[in-house]
Amino acid sequence: MENKIPAVSMRGITKTFGSSVIANKDVDLDIYRGEVLSLLGENGSGKTTLMNMLSGIYYPDSGQIMIDGKPVTISSPREAFDYGIGMIHQHFKLVDVFTAAENIVLGLDSEEVPEQAAANESEEALDAEGGRKTKKKKRSKLNLKKASERIRQICDEYGFDVDPKQKIYNMSVSQKQTVEIVKALYRGAEILILDEPTAVLTPQEADKLFAVLRNMREDGKAIVIITHKLHEVESISDRVAILRKGEFIGQLITKETNAQEMTNMMVGREVALNIDRPEPLFSSPRLKIDGLTVRSSDGVLKLDDVSFTANSGEILGIAGISGCGQKELLEAIAGLQPVEKGTIKYIADDGTASDIVGKDPTEISAMGVALSFVPEDRLGMGLVGTMDLADNMMLRSFRKGKSLFTDRKTPRELAEKVVDELEINTESISTPVRKLSGGNVQKVLVGREIASAPTVLLSAYVVRGLDINSSYTIYDLLNQQKQKGVAVVYVGEDLDVLLELCDRIMVLCDGKVSGIVDGRTADKNGIGMMMTSLHQVPEGEEGINRNPERRSRR
Amino acid sequence: MFDIATFISRAIVQSIPLLYGCTGETISEKSGSLNLGIPGVMYVGGISGVIGSFLYEQSTDGELNTFLAIIIPLLACLLGSLLMGLLFSFLTITLRANQNVVGLAMTTFGVGFGNFFGGSLIKLTGSDVPSLALSRTSHCFAKQLPFADDLGWFGKIFFSYGFLAYAGIAVAIITSYILKRTRIGLHIRAIGENPATADAAGININKYKYISVCAGCMIAGLGGLYYVMDYASGVWSNDAFGDRGWLAIALVIFTIWRPNIAIFASMLFGGLYILYLFVPTGGNMAVKELYKMLPYIVTIIVLIITGMRNKRENQPPESLGLPYFREER
Repeated sequence: MENKIPAVSMRGITKTFGSSVIANKDVDLDIYRGEVLSLLGENGSGKTTLMNMLSGIYYPDSGQIMIDGKPVTISSPREAFDYGIGMIHQHFKLVDVFTAAENIVLGLDSEEVPEQAAANESEEALDAEGGRKTKKKKRSKLNLKKASERIRQICDEYGFDVDPKQKIYNMSVSQKQTVEIVKALYRGAEILILDEPTAVLTPQEADKLFAVLRNMREDGKAIVIITHKLHEVESISDRVAILRKGEFIGQLITKETNAQEMTNMMVGREVALNIDRPEPLFSSPRLKIDGLTVRSSDGVLKLDDVSFTANSGEILGIAGISGCGQKELLEAIAGLQPVEKGTIKYIADDGTASDIVGKDPTEISAMGVALSFVPEDRLGMGLVGTMDLADNMMLRSFRKGKSLFTDRKTPRELAEKVVDELEINTESISTPVRKLSGGNVQKVLVGREIASAPTVLLSAYVVRGLDINSSYTIYDLLNQQKQKGVAVVYVGEDLDVLLELCDRIMVLCDGKVSGIVDGRTADKNGIGMMMTSLHQVPEGEEGINRNPERRSRR
Repeated sequence: MFDIATFISRAIVQSIPLLYGCTGETISEKSGSLNLGIPGVMYVGGISGVIGSFLYEQSTDGELNTFLAIIIPLLACLLGSLLMGLLFSFLTITLRANQNVVGLAMTTFGVGFGNFFGGSLIKLTGSDVPSLALSRTSHCFAKQLPFADDLGWFGKIFFSYGFLAYAGIAVAIITSYILKRTRIGLHIRAIGENPATADAAGININKYKYISVCAGCMIAGLGGLYYVMDYASGVWSNDAFGDRGWLAIALVIFTIWRPNIAIFASMLFGGLYILYLFVPTGGNMAVKELYKMLPYIVTIIVLIITGMRNKRENQPPESLGLPYFREER
C-alpha cells in the first residue's frame, strides 16, 4: 500500500491566523485512494484548518500540496473541486431557501457530467501550461431538470435518498448531510473530506453514512474523516493521522492500534479512559415533576405527561433519540417554555416545596436552577459570540449590586479563574468568545454556570463536538457538582457515557417517559429499545425500575 | 368628478422612479448589500443627466438631434450612478465598512451633490426662478407613443408615457427573470443568503457583489433621470425629487424582493402618493399630509403580515447587511 502514489500529499504546511495563533505548523500528510483516513486531534488542534487548505477555503502560509505527485496551488474552492476535492463541512454549506438541486448545481457552469478522473485531465492541462484555464467549460443555460436527473443517478448508484425539489430548511440534519455528499459527488469529487460528519447524526444514521462511505472506498475514492469518536475511527478507517496543537504527531494503521494509544498521542500524555461514578451522598428529592405536558408554538405535542424526580447529589441522565422532548423538558424547568399542564416542584434544603411553573427565568435561576444548555448552535443561547470572556461572565451577574455602575471586576476575576481551572486555550480574557474553538466555548459556558453555585444543573449535550480530553474534563466537573449535593440533569447522546456517568437514566421516547433505569445495572441494548418504543420494556427492568407513577396509569 | 383614467396614468408616471429605485435596490439586496445610498444615487443619476443635457443644449442652438439628446443624458446618468455604485462597493465590499453608515453617508452626499450642481447650473443660466428648464431635451424623453391620443382612455392608460417608463417595466421583468431562472441569478441569491456557502461552491463573491451593487445603482439612477426628464418635464429644482428614494427602499420590502411584483406595487405606491390630489381636501394641508403617509403605512402593514406568515422565502436575504471575509474565524 505504501508504494502507491498518494492522491494528495501535503508537505510542510504552515498556517497562522493573525500574528499569534498558529493553526498548523509544518504538517506532512498523505491521502491514498481506496482508503479511509481518520484525522484525529483535540478541539483546536488544526484538523479543520488543515482540510480547509485542501478545499481552498484557506491558503497556506508555506508548504506544498501535491496531487498525484504533481505540485499544485489551490487558491479557491473552485480550483479545489477542479482537482476533484470535495469537502463536507461541519456546518453545512447549504442555502436554506434553495432546493436540493439548486444547492447542488450552485457555482457550476453547466449540467454536463464533468469529465471523469479529473486528476488525469488536470495533468494534461497542466502540462499544456495555462493550467486549468484551458479546460474551462463554457457556460450553459441553467437546467434544473437535467441536474435532477443526474442527482437521481448518483443517488441510485450509492444508495442515497434525496428529493431534488425539497427545500433545505424542510430537511433533517441527516438529509442535509446527504445533499452535501451528493453535491460533492456531482462535482466529480474523487477525494472526499468529511468534517465531523456524525456529530449531529443518530447512531442509526451514522451507520447508514458509514455504509455509503465504504461503498465509495470500494469505488476507489480517497476519504478523509475528521472525528472525535474513537469507536468510529476504529470501525471505518484504515489509517489514523494525529494532530496535536497544529502539529503532525504521527500516523497509525487502525488495525494495529487501540483507543488508549490514539488518545495518548492526541493529548500528549496518559489519559485514563474511564469515568468516575461516586456514590450519591445526602440524596434527597430536589425537583419533583408531575404530569408535565408541553406543546411547541406550532401546536405539536412535545412532552406528554412526563413525571420524574431529580435528587440532589445525583446525576440523572436523560436518554432518547434527538428531538424527543429533551430540549423542551429542560427549557420548561428553566422557565423558557410555556407549560400546558403539570407541575414542577422545587424542593429547597429545608423541605419546603414551591411550584416553579409560570415563574420567569430570572426568578427560577435566583432559586438556584442553572441551565447550561448547548443547542446545535452553541453560541445561540448560552453565550454572546461577539462579547469577550469577561463580559460573558457578566451576563450572569450584571443584575447584582445596587449602584448605578456594574461591577466589572468580579466577572473579570471569574473569567481568569475559569480559564485557569478549565485550561481554556485563549489569547486573553478579552478575546471574543466566537473566536475560540468549540471545546473552549463549552468550557466557558459550563464554567460560568457552575460558578453561580447552582442547586440544580441542567445540561444538554454538553460534550457535543468536544474532543475526548475536554469531554472528560466536563464529566469531572459534573461529578464535582454532584458531590457538592447538586442535582445534575444530564441530557446525552452517547449511551456508553450515560451508562458510565449517571446514577439513574430516564429514557424519553416521543415526548413520553418510557422508563427510568438504574445506571449501574441497565444495559445498552435495553435502553436502545426503550428509546425507540414505549411498549418494549426490557426484561427484568420492569418491577424495580419503572417509574411507579407511570405504571399505575397503565 | 374622479377621473379614473387620469388618476391611473398619473399614478403610473409617479410609479416609474420608484420602480427603477426598487429594482436596483432589490438586485443589490439579493446579493447581500443593503444599499441605503439609493436615494442619493437617484439624485446623482438625475443631476448627472441634467448636466449632460445642459451641456448639449448649450452647445446647440437650433433643433436638437433626438438621438444625441437622449443618449448623452442617459450615458451621463449611468456613469454618475455607476461611480456611486463603485464607491459603495469599494467601501463595503473591499474595505468591509458598515453598509448602513456608508449608505446613509452616500444619501447625504448624493442629495448635496445634486443640489450643489443643480444650484450652480441655475445660477449659470441666470434664471429668475430657482429652477432649470431643459424643455427641449425633455421633449425627446417624454415623447409618447404615436397612437396614444387616438385611443381615448385606453391610450391614456397604456400608451401615453415616454420610453423610459416602458424600459423601467422591461428592466423589472428582465431582472426578475434573471434572479429567478438563470445561473447568474442563482449565484447572486446564494451570495445574499449565505456567502460562505457560495464561496465554498466556487463563486467569486466580490465580483458578483460588485456587479450587483453597480448594476443596481445604475438602474436606480435611471429613476432619477426619468423623474427630471419626463415626470418633471425637464425642470430641475433643488430637493424636488423628495423622499422617493426612501419610498423605493420601502417598496423593496413591500414586494418581498420581487421586481415583477414591484411593477404593480410601485403603481399602487404611486397612486397612494398622489391620491391627495384627486380627493377633495378643501385646501386643508393637514389632510394632504395624512394622505402622503399612506405608502409608508401600507409598508408597515405588509411587514406585519409577512412577519406573521413567517414563510422562509419571504424573508430578507439571510446575510443582508453583513460583510464577508473568507478567512475570518
